[in-house]
Amino acid sequence: MKIHEYQAKEVLAAAGLPVPRGKAVETVDDAVAVAEDLGGSLWVVKAQIHAGGRGKGGGVKLASSLDEVREHSEAILGMQLVTPQTGPEGREVKKVLIVEACDIASEFYAGIVLDRQLGLPVLMVSAEGGMDIEEVAASTPEKIFKASFDPTEGLAVEDGRSLAGRLGLEGGLLDEMGELLQKLARCFLDTDASLAEINPLVRTTDDGLLALDAKFSFDDNALFRHPEIKEYRDPAEEDPLETRAAEFGLSYIKLDGDIGCMVNGAGLAMATLDIIKHFGGEAANFLDVGGGATTEKVTEAFKIILEDADVKAILVNIFGGIMKCDVIAEGIIEAAETIELRVPVVVRLEGTNVQRGRELLEASGLELISAPGLPEAVRKVVEQAQGGGGS
Amino acid sequence: MSILVDKNTRLLVQGITGRTGTFHTLQAVEYGTRVVSGVTPGRGGEEVEGIPVFNTVCEAVEKTGANASVVYVPPRFAADAVLEAAVGGLELVICITEGIPVLDMARVMKTLKSEHPGTRLVGPNCPGVITPGECKIGIMPGYIHSPGTIGVVSRSGTLTYEAVHQLSEVGLGQSTCLGIGGDPIIGTMFVDALKLFEEDPSTKGVLMIGEIGGTAEEEAAEYISASMSKPVAAFIAGRGAPPGKRMGHAGAIISGGKGTAPEKVAALEAAGAQVALTPDQLGQTMAGMLSSEG
Repeated sequence: MKIHEYQAKEVLAAAGLPVPRGKAVETVDDAVAVAEDLGGSLWVVKAQIHAGGRGKGGGVKLASSLDEVREHSEAILGMQLVTPQTGPEGREVKKVLIVEACDIASEFYAGIVLDRQLGLPVLMVSAEGGMDIEEVAASTPEKIFKASFDPTEGLAVEDGRSLAGRLGLEGGLLDEMGELLQKLARCFLDTDASLAEINPLVRTTDDGLLALDAKFSFDDNALFRHPEIKEYRDPAEEDPLETRAAEFGLSYIKLDGDIGCMVNGAGLAMATLDIIKHFGGEAANFLDVGGGATTEKVTEAFKIILEDADVKAILVNIFGGIMKCDVIAEGIIEAAETIELRVPVVVRLEGTNVQRGRELLEASGLELISAPGLPEAVRKVVEQAQGGGGS
Repeated sequence: MSILVDKNTRLLVQGITGRTGTFHTLQAVEYGTRVVSGVTPGRGGEEVEGIPVFNTVCEAVEKTGANASVVYVPPRFAADAVLEAAVGGLELVICITEGIPVLDMARVMKTLKSEHPGTRLVGPNCPGVITPGECKIGIMPGYIHSPGTIGVVSRSGTLTYEAVHQLSEVGLGQSTCLGIGGDPIIGTMFVDALKLFEEDPSTKGVLMIGEIGGTAEEEAAEYISASMSKPVAAFIAGRGAPPGKRMGHAGAIISGGKGTAPEKVAALEAAGAQVALTPDQLGQTMAGMLSSEG
């Protein structure tokens, strides 16, 4: 689960990390009021959406007067912010974060992710803060320093200090940075984060450290033990169909094509998208109905797929294992009888009791296009989507 | 011959009294797996279809001589169940459970490495392990498998069934099929599985099914190139997947430009593996490699 920058800063502040003073608001008047409360003469107005690269799309502006705070907030609130991560349609900005600006002496990067090979969380720091860290990693990997840490104990004192030293810090600042990194690691563990990133982490001209921007995402499987983090969920940032699918235990992801897919198993679902592409089609979605494809799930899956107006044909690809093909066929038939299938549906069944399953589909009188093999099924569905589609 | 499990495996089922646990225990018994005991805390003394249930793994091991366990325990208790199996001295723990917090698994792996190096974990979030005709542990449909000489290792479930089905169709049986799981942190990785298959005299070739996300396939490619004498056919799911989207499996996500299918395919091909372009070519690709080997 992803959260907003202002929420990430709340998480950091609760863990004892230094963040700039500020507040997220939904109206222009509130934005000006916050700036007035903060005092000073320089503020930053920052769009709050989940995607990164906000500055590039005009979603982050510096204001040197209250009038400018008003002007920028007016421009940003309600805009469709397009960043390299939002896609061309952009994302509507509903909140802005108003923070006090600070004088920056230098910018660092600090981030924690999971190293799958080590099976441990890894803290990465770099003196190339503020930049796109993936670019730094690709072009100058020697500028990134790493230390893995124990998932129970957290980051060792000496590792925190050693990383701080690598950033070129000395004396009191080195101590301070070492402690900050330890707190960040502790925060990552205590919240079951899957990503914790401060970029930039700045050294101010008066030698303080501040988390100027922050990004967190959390392990969905661990949210049950973090009710306070669950509260941060912003449904406006999620695809409504994906959210609805999740409620039914379906894993659905909207894609850009016109062939709706219903598959059992994540691996097979991915492979199905691949073969559709191979035969010249484009999938409209990823959809894993799970191992136990019950009638209820199949019905809901059809409904969700059909809500996507781009869908011109549907491919059902099921490998029946423990869940037998005849049971799945019955589910498909029942679903097809209760909802109007406005597009052609190609069904490929394989596995346990496949013969019985195919016979049931045949005898149902439904206009389902049956295909015994996967390539054949995909060829048929691509054909339907490109030419013969509609009913 | 086979890897990990065979007709001598004495299986303990953790979470045997749950619906899933009971269902798959019966399927396993029907297949011929020797299920010797089950564990559900608080339910010791009961029986599930004649199989004795104990409160703890230690007790079950002591009384029934179990040497492997399968975990069907709900996600929030599964990590502890795996550790309990390790403490009980089991050499093999197969964790089917999906949805375990990833940091729980990080803690489990750390403890296994430092305190129980003799315990091998397979999974979590995997279909299990089957040696056709001898022993089935997990949720895969037994009947699609046939005994033979191909080792199958995969991050996914139904895609593995698809692969096994295709192998059987081209007349290739399997020595052992191993689902390693779709989570970011798993006990047995591709490299471990390939090593086991390389050392198993009855395995003549390996079919490896990977997917986007992480670098496990690239590490496998390094191992294949350096140490593998047997032919490896492969498939990578997710060629068409957009970056930043988690494709069902927690581990299947392209992030920071890493973990893409083309990178993995290139690494495997450079290591001498043949990579099937589409998922309907899995059996044929393996068969083709074996026949060109003579």
